[in-house]
Amino acid sequence: MSAPRPNEPPGPAGQAVDPADRTDTPGTAPSGGVIELRLYVAGQTAACVRAVDNLNRLCEEHLAGQYRVELIDLTENPAQARGDEIIAVPTLVRKFPPPLRRIIGDLSNTDRVLAELRLRSDDRTSP
Amino acid sequence: MNRATPEGPTPSGVPPAQSGDALLLPKARTGIRGLDEVTDGGLPRGRPTLIAGAAGTGKTLLGLEFLVRGALEFGEPGVLIAFEETAADLVANVASLGFDLGRMQADGQLVIDSVRIDAAEIVEAGSYDLEGLFLRLGLAVEQVGAKRVVLDTIEVLFSALPNEAIVRGELTRLFRWLKDRGLTTIVTGEPGREQLTRHGTEEYVSDCVILLNHRVTEEISTRRLRILKYRGSTHGTNEYPFLINDRGIVVLPVTSLALDPGAPTERISTGVSRLDHMLGGGVYRGTTVLVSGTSGAGKTTLAAQMAAAACARGEHALFVSFEESPAKLVRNMASVGIDLQRWVDAGLLTVWATPPTAYGLESHLASLATLIEEQVPRVVVLDAVTGLLHVGVSAQVTMAVIREIAALKARGITAVLTTLIGAGGGAATGLVVSSLVDTWLLVRNVETNGEYNRLLFVRKSRGSAHSNQVREFVLTNRGVELLDVYVGPEGVLTGKARIAREAADRATARDRAQAVSRSRRKLREHAAQVEAQVTQLRGQLADETAKVEQMKAELAREDAALAGDRVEMAQHGWADSAPAPTAPTEGEG
Repeated sequence: MSAPRPNEPPGPAGQAVDPADRTDTPGTAPSGGVIELRLYVAGQTAACVRAVDNLNRLCEEHLAGQYRVELIDLTENPAQARGDEIIAVPTLVRKFPPPLRRIIGDLSNTDRVLAELRLRSDDRTSP
Repeated sequence: MNRATPEGPTPSGVPPAQSGDALLLPKARTGIRGLDEVTDGGLPRGRPTLIAGAAGTGKTLLGLEFLVRGALEFGEPGVLIAFEETAADLVANVASLGFDLGRMQADGQLVIDSVRIDAAEIVEAGSYDLEGLFLRLGLAVEQVGAKRVVLDTIEVLFSALPNEAIVRGELTRLFRWLKDRGLTTIVTGEPGREQLTRHGTEEYVSDCVILLNHRVTEEISTRRLRILKYRGSTHGTNEYPFLINDRGIVVLPVTSLALDPGAPTERISTGVSRLDHMLGGGVYRGTTVLVSGTSGAGKTTLAAQMAAAACARGEHALFVSFEESPAKLVRNMASVGIDLQRWVDAGLLTVWATPPTAYGLESHLASLATLIEEQVPRVVVLDAVTGLLHVGVSAQVTMAVIREIAALKARGITAVLTTLIGAGGGAATGLVVSSLVDTWLLVRNVETNGEYNRLLFVRKSRGSAHSNQVREFVLTNRGVELLDVYVGPEGVLTGKARIAREAADRATARDRAQAVSRSRRKLREHAAQVEAQVTQLRGQLADETAKVEQMKAELAREDAALAGDRVEMAQHGWADSAPAPTAPTEGEG
């Protein structure tokens, strides 16, 4: 499944997501550093408010101390939607570790979000 | 009726008010040649139009040209949201058409936002909307004050984003958003299996749907465009061929409805004076002349003579040859005394030759339209339109020729078409355009006495008294000449038979002339004889007169002598004394 990518210094990055591979151990830190996240919202719509709440809860419960979140309101800076290739709102982007992942929706599906955010980290720690 | 709303991001350039013509649908001209004609004025203003067609049919280009022409020709900036290609690719793809998208973006006439959606990157975790797309679109529209938007191809959203229900809901919202802002929009879509587009985009676009396709019929590839639906507007319902040439899209016909040449009364010469005479003084400018004839009847020569006649008047002529190369045409015409080279050198004549098999029909016609636009000729020769049958099936070619005639007429260009007909004289080619032409000349070969002779008829000449006579059509080294045919008790005679007949007539005439001159000579001789006799008699008369005078003189002398004798005798006899010296009475003797 996963192949080493020579141009990515921290080591081979994970590929496909299979929920069966998921470990539920919370707080497993990626060896390369903290998980960098960016949450794009557009104003105070219901979905956006939910997404912010869901992300906060989820990170504190499962990724305490291992993440960094940047919140971007596109209504204040629409040009950023173009630069970062955002069309769906809300979108949570995992910028680090690679590869880039986009999780769209209000993040109400906690399992899926966690799988997306952590599986790569687990892959990285167990090459 | 949804119209541009003043609260949209672009307050300027609100569509025309509908106070006067409340029912008239406002339209936005595309500037694409031919498309505004078949849509009767353009796309519905402030509303979305769906352009559906398979890959490679020209959807993206049509959309781009709509934006480019909108910005450059109608002062309506545009936004392209490209879901499939990057901005750099798009810029490069259309650079060859002379569209400088980079510069247009710099000048604030165009925004290209290419939306890259990688389905492999995206995971859905809960409900979402497409506000990001709306924000990007809104930003772009605001950036240049856009009036036009192209979404190419919005269906990518369906394949890239999970949860089709959300995408559908958002599309409904998007089209409402576009309408609310009065944006004239083109959305493109690829055809689906059971519906117009793969994901049913047509459900969102109710005003105008245009289909593009690219078909190969009898090995000839043709792009076609059809307006499937145009709510509230008249439009052409046919499939119109179109092509992509070096200047963009050209939909045929490229006639501009705005042009009305009126009905010129000026007559122009065909270059054959007797033919002009037969037509009542030439053909009307801007009309269409059809020269049909059997193979080798002299159609090309007659057409060339008309082109040369135009050049001789100082007009530009375009000779389109589907049969011969320019060099061969010039050479062949030179052999019958028509000097085309001279006019080519003078820049008045353009000979455009293209083997009919080189391109598809629509490509031919579009090149021709471009050529006519560039050269602005007053006379165009198409020799022979039947040559087009090699590139299209009969019905298409007939349609194409009909459109071509209409286009030329609309521009006031005199057209000369030649067509090949079968030996029987009928339209053996199935190309029936004779009802559309104004003047129809028929050139036929007639075989008599072991030779072929050419006959020319004026089959039809609209708006002119024209000769009902058949003329013999002769190719001389001074071009085409028309001779009277011999019409006599033995019927119409041509060629050698005519010459023989004429010779016989001449002989008869000669005989009669000789008889007259003979009589005249006799008469002259007789007059001379009479004259001689008169002279002789006058001589005799003179002689006799002289004789009489002589006798009178002699008589006088004798009388005098007699008188003298008498005196002498008296003196001698002393019979009388001193006789009186009286002279003897003259005439007494």
